[in-house]
Amino acid sequence: MSQPARRDVLKSLALGGGLTLIVGPVAHALAPRPPGQPADPATRWALLVDTRACKVDCAACVDACNREMGLKQPTDPDFDPAHDAQYIRKVTLRDPDTGHTTAPPVMCQHCAKPPCVDVCPTGASMQRADHIVQVDKHLCIGCRYCMMACPYKARSFVHQDLTDQKPHNPRGKGCVESCNLCVHRIDRGEPPACVAACQRDGGGAMVFGDLADPNSDLNRRLAEAGGHRIRADLGLDTGVYYQGL
Amino acid sequence: MPHAVPYRPLNGHARGFWLVLGLLGLAIAGGLGAAHLMHHEGHIITGMTNQVVWGLPHVFAVFLIVAASGALNVASIGAVFERPLYKPLARLSALLAMALLIGGLSVLVLDLGRPDRLTVAMTHYNFKSIFAWNIFLYTGFLVLVGAYLWAMIDRAGARVYKPAAYGAFVWRLVLTTGTGAIFGFLVARQAYDAAILAPLFIAMSLVYGKAIFVLFLMAVCRASGRPLGGVVLRRLQRLMGIVLGAMLYFVAVHHLTNLYASEHHGIEAFLLRDGGPLTTLFWGGHVLLGGLVPLYLLLAPRLGGNRRALSAAAVLLILGGLTQVYGLIIGGQSAPLVLFPGFEVSSAFADGVVASYVPSPWEVLLGLAGVAIGLVVAVVGCAALPILPADLSDAAIDPDHVADTLDEQDGALAGTT
Amino acid sequence: MSAWPQRRRPALALAALLLALALALPVLATPAAAAELFPQVPAAAPGTECLAPPGEMRRTHMDRLTHRRTEAVRAGIRQPAESLTRCLSCHAVTDTHGQVVTAEDPRHFCRECHDFAAVTVDCFSCHASRPEDAPR
Repeated sequence: MSQPARRDVLKSLALGGGLTLIVGPVAHALAPRPPGQPADPATRWALLVDTRACKVDCAACVDACNREMGLKQPTDPDFDPAHDAQYIRKVTLRDPDTGHTTAPPVMCQHCAKPPCVDVCPTGASMQRADHIVQVDKHLCIGCRYCMMACPYKARSFVHQDLTDQKPHNPRGKGCVESCNLCVHRIDRGEPPACVAACQRDGGGAMVFGDLADPNSDLNRRLAEAGGHRIRADLGLDTGVYYQGL
Repeated sequence: MPHAVPYRPLNGHARGFWLVLGLLGLAIAGGLGAAHLMHHEGHIITGMTNQVVWGLPHVFAVFLIVAASGALNVASIGAVFERPLYKPLARLSALLAMALLIGGLSVLVLDLGRPDRLTVAMTHYNFKSIFAWNIFLYTGFLVLVGAYLWAMIDRAGARVYKPAAYGAFVWRLVLTTGTGAIFGFLVARQAYDAAILAPLFIAMSLVYGKAIFVLFLMAVCRASGRPLGGVVLRRLQRLMGIVLGAMLYFVAVHHLTNLYASEHHGIEAFLLRDGGPLTTLFWGGHVLLGGLVPLYLLLAPRLGGNRRALSAAAVLLILGGLTQVYGLIIGGQSAPLVLFPGFEVSSAFADGVVASYVPSPWEVLLGLAGVAIGLVVAVVGCAALPILPADLSDAAIDPDHVADTLDEQDGALAGTT
Repeated sequence: MSAWPQRRRPALALAALLLALALALPVLATPAAAAELFPQVPAAAPGTECLAPPGEMRRTHMDRLTHRRTEAVRAGIRQPAESLTRCLSCHAVTDTHGQVVTAEDPRHFCRECHDFAAVTVDCFSCHASRPEDAPR
């Protein structure tokens, strides 16, 4: 049943690739994608976190993510830290030698070479053409091997029945889930909820943009001040950069 | 084959047979009930969390799958290494291998978040996934060992005997390597990410598989009144001692290598010193009761041929094996994952914290059901097929006293009984 | 059993079937009875137009949804007009209190047919089964 569907996908992907070749490289600014058009393989959506602008006690990004995706807030009375999903979390880092403390947000790092995608037996863990890593929950059997493989603890498993999920973030018992960079917002031309909230209510520490676009604000700032990636030694080519760690 | 050994199936009408099946059936029903509840309520009722994502069911599943390939070893020694003494035991060895694998896989499947989507796992493959390779390794193992068993039982299958025997032998090595690689390829986890896990898993499989084989053989011979000679047991005893020594060697090398690199000091300190119950299980369960004590029971010259020592060692090895796999799976996940080396870390998502895990009764029931499923397959197989030799006394299986001569040549254990 | 010769059995079965059908037909013919036997599919919201005529939708909706979900999730191809959320919003069913029912309720649009056909819908273990802005 899924065979013709996949063929159509490949066809449209090839078509999209062909069009890109004809038109030539374009700057991939954030804009709504018209219906019927696939994600652009020439795009590499990425994040930059300037930890110097990220206040230790600010959790605007976490708050916004939970609200956007329909997750429980850590401040909810019935929040269960062992079982409830956390797509993004603030990790407080203290350098024992200097006492310097930062608290950068950590979420799915959207690796170019994601271990979760490598180990997934069914192909449910997947990378979209624009390099967003996500779970195709239609194929997820809940084996949790991706959670074992992820170096960033970015994934959560749904431990019980859920109701009234957000229509743009279907999630249910027995499947694994994680940050998908708010794929639904990106497709309609909006930045991820965490970035929007950080710009609005936080310190403006988070920047969203296209790593493949040399003119993007993200690339400009990285060229200026450089960036650090978590566990860069693993060679996963992650899509989330940090400054000031 | 040097001479034909008559086979006699278990008596399917005996009361004891049905009693055993009934007890095993109860265990399976309990496990299926637990799995149903886990599926209905979700994994919230288990001890598993977002930090310890694989719990006790995986411990049982991995133990049984690893033991399965090891249980085939007795058959392989007979067919591949041409030791006629083991040939009468080859059928039981192959049957147990299949039975344990089926038991282990059942647990693995029933612990999935969406076991109802098993068809998805069968129709969608990601060929870069070691898990997906293992699906082929497991089914291939069942097919090859099944063919091997058929070739041993049915004269019509004599043509495929050698290819199936060699194929199954090579396949089982690849299979255990694959199971070890499930963990060995987890580059991000400080406790895994080591190529030595593959040979370690092979050594583990030989130890667990042989322990289960010996215990099953002794129990079934006693229950069905079959004579079981001392020669073959004595050889198995020494063989178990040797593979146990090899396994402990790989364990030592694994930890010593980690101790050399300061990058891994954190995880080693956790597993060997600061891990609380996990550390106790490692030293007390895995190393002492599951390692050194059975090593003595198996290799001490004055205990050679001592059946009580052999069966005690086998029981200890099975319990020690479960402890070892528990330490490997739970220990590896409990240790905090290092994202930011050199920093003190904390978060709402248990960063920098040792994750606690307490198995729920449901997980225990599910794991035991896997063992019971394996045993049912083995017991029913022994009743339905000519698996067990009618007589395993020394005179019946080794009329020329080949084994004694070999023992004298080896210069060990000769004349201890 | 032996009272009936072997070769007459098929004929006998056929006769029984015809008899049963003859007895059932008048019952099935009355509209009230038919309504109880077959699912009453709730009408879509006025002013909306479906992707295909009802008969075709009945036969192809599952393939359309599977195709759509694969395209949307894996390739990122959005087609709001063909999405599950659009189905749920046009075909929302309200209860006596004016609230839109979820798939927990047997009156839900999907449930009406699926309960009748005894086919389990897996969609709503993850997807919301009513529009986000529905009165609840």
